[in-house]
Amino acid sequence: MKKKMTTVPFQGTAEQEKQLHALIAEHCGTPGAIMPILQKAQAIYGYLPIEVQQIISDGTGISMSEIYGIVSFYSQFVLNPKGEYAVSVCMGTACYVKGAGAILDRLAAIIKVDPGEVGDDGKFSLDATRCIGACGLAPVFLVNEDVYGRVEKPEAVDGMMKKYME
Amino acid sequence: MKNVNELKAIHEKMKDFIALRTPEGKAEPGYRHVLVCGGTGCHSSGCDAILKALRASITAHGLDEKTTVIVSGCHGLCALGPLIIVYPDAVFYELVEVDDIEEIVTSHLMNDEPVLRKVYHEAIIDGKMVPYRETDFFKYQHKISLRNCGVIDPECIEEYIGRDGYMALAKSLTEMKPADVIEELKASGLRGRGGGGFSTGMKWSFAAAVESDKKYVCCNADEGDPGAFMDRSILEGDPHAVIEAMAIAGYAIGADEGYVYVRAEYPIAVNRFEIALNEARQHGLLGADIFGTGFNFDIHVRLGAGAFVCGEETALLASIEGKRGEPRPRPPFPAVKGLFGQPTVLNNVETFATIPQIILHGAAWYGTMGTEKSKGTKVFALGGKIKNVGLVEVPMGATLRDVVEKVGGGIPNGKTFKAAQTGGPSGGCIPASLIDTPIDFDNLLAIGSMMGSGGMIIMDEDSCMIDIAKYFLDFTVEESCGKCSPCRIGTMRMLEILERITNGQGVPSDIEELVDLGNHIKATALCGLGNTAPNPILSTIRYFRHEYEEHINDKKCAAGVCKALLEFVINDKCKGCTLCKRKCPTDAITGEVKELHVIHQEKCVKCGICYDICKFAAIDKV
Repeated sequence: MKKKMTTVPFQGTAEQEKQLHALIAEHCGTPGAIMPILQKAQAIYGYLPIEVQQIISDGTGISMSEIYGIVSFYSQFVLNPKGEYAVSVCMGTACYVKGAGAILDRLAAIIKVDPGEVGDDGKFSLDATRCIGACGLAPVFLVNEDVYGRVEKPEAVDGMMKKYME
Repeated sequence: MKNVNELKAIHEKMKDFIALRTPEGKAEPGYRHVLVCGGTGCHSSGCDAILKALRASITAHGLDEKTTVIVSGCHGLCALGPLIIVYPDAVFYELVEVDDIEEIVTSHLMNDEPVLRKVYHEAIIDGKMVPYRETDFFKYQHKISLRNCGVIDPECIEEYIGRDGYMALAKSLTEMKPADVIEELKASGLRGRGGGGFSTGMKWSFAAAVESDKKYVCCNADEGDPGAFMDRSILEGDPHAVIEAMAIAGYAIGADEGYVYVRAEYPIAVNRFEIALNEARQHGLLGADIFGTGFNFDIHVRLGAGAFVCGEETALLASIEGKRGEPRPRPPFPAVKGLFGQPTVLNNVETFATIPQIILHGAAWYGTMGTEKSKGTKVFALGGKIKNVGLVEVPMGATLRDVVEKVGGGIPNGKTFKAAQTGGPSGGCIPASLIDTPIDFDNLLAIGSMMGSGGMIIMDEDSCMIDIAKYFLDFTVEESCGKCSPCRIGTMRMLEILERITNGQGVPSDIEELVDLGNHIKATALCGLGNTAPNPILSTIRYFRHEYEEHINDKKCAAGVCKALLEFVINDKCKGCTLCKRKCPTDAITGEVKELHVIHQEKCVKCGICYDICKFAAIDKV
């Protein structure tokens, strides 16, 4: 999926930047360290906006084009922040043959966010993810850490989402 | 560890304790091991709460002395989680809820009366309970790679050692030359479990033959094939087997450093593996001068970042080096020029997990299982429309029928078996007419599929084969790294044709065009992923051409999946409840209360809401 640049303004704190600098210092010199640095930077900020990539580029001496090339290549690196409630629907084969596509459509309609995006109010984001390995519970979707499995019919998600909608 | 005797001492101390969980196990009356499955499947279904309640109840009833609670890896029956197994009686509880714990503790652990209503339903025959090992799901399996999964506590190295763990490393380092290890593997006929099926012994011998100061051993745990989860289960349930085998590989080829490249989507596996690495280091089974032999070896963990192509070996190595995970042409093969330009052996998790057993018991023992050219066993992740969803290990040469009907328990809801998809996005569909094919590497290739990493998705009559082909192609298009044009552009063109067909705009020449494009991509793509990307389409055309023709010529989808080709109509079961009329987003349904309703096709957008909500089965898809 083509990655869209975020429209949400960058709101990094000084504390986060301090952590990031410490992280870069810790990994500098390890061969192939850019991947772990980006992974941990994303853990600090929740996503990898251009501003964060710039700090990493300055700190490691790796060019911005190379860093952006890596960030845009791997699906786990995200350019958009996640919502307060990150909703993700497993699209692994087992879930797919048991109707995950219809569940994704239903969720998109309820929270009014398209897959891969975050709503303007920042409350919900929606993603179609690769197999999360809970094939025995197919079809499965997650809201942050909460797992909803064996979703028999698309309408069943209405009730499950209720507590997040208020 | 300075010498092998220290290892043997731990083994001696632990072996009877662990044996309690095997059929030969013996225990003092009333003493039990209670295993709670802590695999990802059971984790998602809430095993943490079960574990907490179980521990609290055991303590409250003063059973701490007589009961050992163990968190194990995956038992394979993920659909029935959370699971609890009680030994030595071998009682298997399914779908356990927190409210059941008190009864299990008071009735079973205190009064020797298993709670039959929660026992695995297949283990109850005519109201009597049999040990779970005698049920169909378990009795037809033969576990080598999975032998410790669900048996030991993966976070306790001593339990692994009690199951002969690290004995193969000890044997290699003290009784065998590096060349002997490689010869043993070659003789065993072990072929790589990651998909390609190349001889593991040959691969090692190529890397061993190259002169170099620095070599690497890498483990491919980037299990991206949707529907396959055996590598995750092994890392979660038996991480030391992988560590031990990587060290053996290091000894055999002359490497002192290893990398495990694992999907970041597998947090439990990553965590358990790191715990295991630390335990191995503390026991001197990794690090410098292992067993006092002068052999040094250590392992690093690198996380993937969600790129399917990184399962391809050259792309994986590029990713460890901190680059975009794009494949490069081979030769040179990684065995000659791999990680950081040095000779590298790269094997998959399941392959590594098999190796200690081969070294311990010998190539001849391993050769007694399997077919002439595919030795040993293979793990499959059974999913889709099948009763026993989960992880199974069967000898190579078992037929698809054995796997589906015996181990898998058949198709649920009285439906019939239509096809099995193996090999994920690189594989193909095997139709019901070939259900008696013995499964091995070469047979699957001959019928247009492949072993792949072992995902096996079962489909029934409600599955549309063109929809399945489209699903996998959609996956490939999304995951194509874009480096070579046959894969980047070719798969996109194929997907457009499939979308046209499923939208009712297919033309008769589409089938030949798909075959033609598919064969070109197979012949010209850069890496294994591109070469195999057309397989799901080519194999469904080969066995289900009539479905393609039906979609194209008659504009019909018999399975009722392709919505553009369906019409929703109301039959005479309609009671006139008005529910569908009220829920229809386009007001395409009219009708008065208690009168037959009608769907107006020109307004219907085929969303299927009416079909799903009707309580009287009054809506047909035709």
